[in-house]
Amino acid sequence: MNTTNSSEIEAPIKAFIMTEFLPGEDAGQLAEDTPLISAGILDSIATLRLVEFLEKTFSIEMAAHETDAEHLDTIERIARLVRFKKSPLVR
Amino acid sequence: MGALGVKLPTQVMSLHSIILDGVDQQPAKPAVIEGSGTGSMDYATLGELSDRVRDRLVALGIKRGDRVGIYLRKSADGIAAIVGVLKAGAAYVPVDPTGPPPRNAYIHHDCEAKAVVIEQCFVPAYREELARLGGALPSFIILESVGGGAPLATALRTLDERSPAGAVATVESAPDDLAYILYTSGSTGKPKGVMLSHRNAVAFVDWCSDAFQPAADDVFSSHAPFHFDLSILDIYVSLKHGASLVLVPESAGKDPLALSQLISRHRITVWYSAPSILSILAQFGRIPEHDYSRLRLVLFAGEVFPIVHLRSIKHQVPHPRYFNLYGPTETNVCTYYEIPPAIADDRVEPFPIGRTCENLESKVVDLEGRVVPAGTEGELCIAGPNVMQGYWNLAEQTARAFIPDEAGKRWYKTGDIVVENPPGCYRYVGRRDRMVKKRGYRVELGEIESCLYGHAAIQEVAVVALPDEAAGVKVKAHVSVRDGKRPSLIELKTFCSQRLPLYMIPDTFEFHPRLPKTSTDKIDYQTLKALG
Repeated sequence: MNTTNSSEIEAPIKAFIMTEFLPGEDAGQLAEDTPLISAGILDSIATLRLVEFLEKTFSIEMAAHETDAEHLDTIERIARLVRFKKSPLVR
Repeated sequence: MGALGVKLPTQVMSLHSIILDGVDQQPAKPAVIEGSGTGSMDYATLGELSDRVRDRLVALGIKRGDRVGIYLRKSADGIAAIVGVLKAGAAYVPVDPTGPPPRNAYIHHDCEAKAVVIEQCFVPAYREELARLGGALPSFIILESVGGGAPLATALRTLDERSPAGAVATVESAPDDLAYILYTSGSTGKPKGVMLSHRNAVAFVDWCSDAFQPAADDVFSSHAPFHFDLSILDIYVSLKHGASLVLVPESAGKDPLALSQLISRHRITVWYSAPSILSILAQFGRIPEHDYSRLRLVLFAGEVFPIVHLRSIKHQVPHPRYFNLYGPTETNVCTYYEIPPAIADDRVEPFPIGRTCENLESKVVDLEGRVVPAGTEGELCIAGPNVMQGYWNLAEQTARAFIPDEAGKRWYKTGDIVVENPPGCYRYVGRRDRMVKKRGYRVELGEIESCLYGHAAIQEVAVVALPDEAAGVKVKAHVSVRDGKRPSLIELKTFCSQRLPLYMIPDTFEFHPRLPKTSTDKIDYQTLKALG
């Protein structure tokens, strides 16, 4: 099955980013299309930690070229990548 | 050597003439390899293409002593453009292609660049910012893209079709002509340009030749961006000795897996980067799965290497020699220290910055500029051929950066507090001022404050650096806001990202009703630092 509903993927990603990188921020400020890497919210070390979190939480493996702003700049894009990785075709 | 074995002073060569050897002796050998796999360039092509850049620049009216901006992603095109600028007798001024366009435009406006070699994608925002700053616009050499040198060749051909640039002779620069200007963070809120001459650059490159014995079969990494002074070793030591230079693209620079793959695939023999990159390689680079066997030299500079990560990478990659290189952009490397083969398990203290490079002189002085006894803390000062000409257009800051001695020798004050112990070996203690090193980059906390003061909601701001076990240093901004209208963290970080390089954006923000003050009503930085 390849139907993962929105909250299963987006919610833990958002929770991780809020706790780890935006402590004290109002959760309403972080939208699914808020730029993360290009706006300086995630620096390079933070991005590596996010990748580690994604690999563990969703049991996926990320390739070197996927750990950049093109794939990870918004929660939307991150979730899209996770869904793609979890789809039966890729697995 | 002279008859008595004394080294005779020789004519100082220009930076571009020392790399010609490579061009002549091995035309088909790759000079530059793009690590992303997008292309490479052999020595013959590098020679020809940089000649065409020279011809075009001269046709555009560039004369000896002029400045030419470089606004390109790392590529063979970028290297050929840089060499072409030098051959035209001009100084190149590289900017960070991933940085904010207003900062980059400011830099080229400040140094009055007469021409700029730029990628099309950067042109609109850059041109708009230059127009806002006023003054004469530079001539543009616009590349559709970069990769392997073809986009640069095409751009030059297109210009030639409109108006041919005749072949001219390479300009033989004088030793004190500027070779490049590297802009670093400035305390007043504007980046400042460090002026380096051909003499400065060649003296440093020659020292590297003696210290590291490079050979034509070496493969150098080029991790640092071209606006960062680590790139001088990568580019010119490699090209001087006819070796190959593997460019690490901006996109892979902080990606440990991509870096491991690149070291392995290109059989890198000489690695040079900030310690933070080696730290992430040690932690996330899956080193055992990759081939690091050809590495013979691991050089690092720019910040203190936390001993835990240094021990880890030496443990995983034990065979190369490891060197801690030290020196600000103003002198390039001025002291060095070879890391011993074994690091004791209980060692927590970072390694020394080591001994003075053989071509330079050093001394340690107190606040009044008097030499202190060995073993006493003081400011490290450096004299010799590596030492910069000064800061572009900043006579006062230049004057403050030096102390002359009775013999008229110019001693550059590094701002770094050191102690000599044992004799001939310096240990780094800390900074004299408000500059910190983050991931090898210089960050003036005052420049971040100036940026944040530009935000309408901010009343007061004080930026402090705090030690951080994982990252080495963490930058924290304490702010108070007008009318209690607190901007969101996302808004503040985004605001900074449009004005500062990403590495200068504060890691954390703390909001206060008002900032604590000293008895003289200045912001009390000590109290803020104690908050952690």
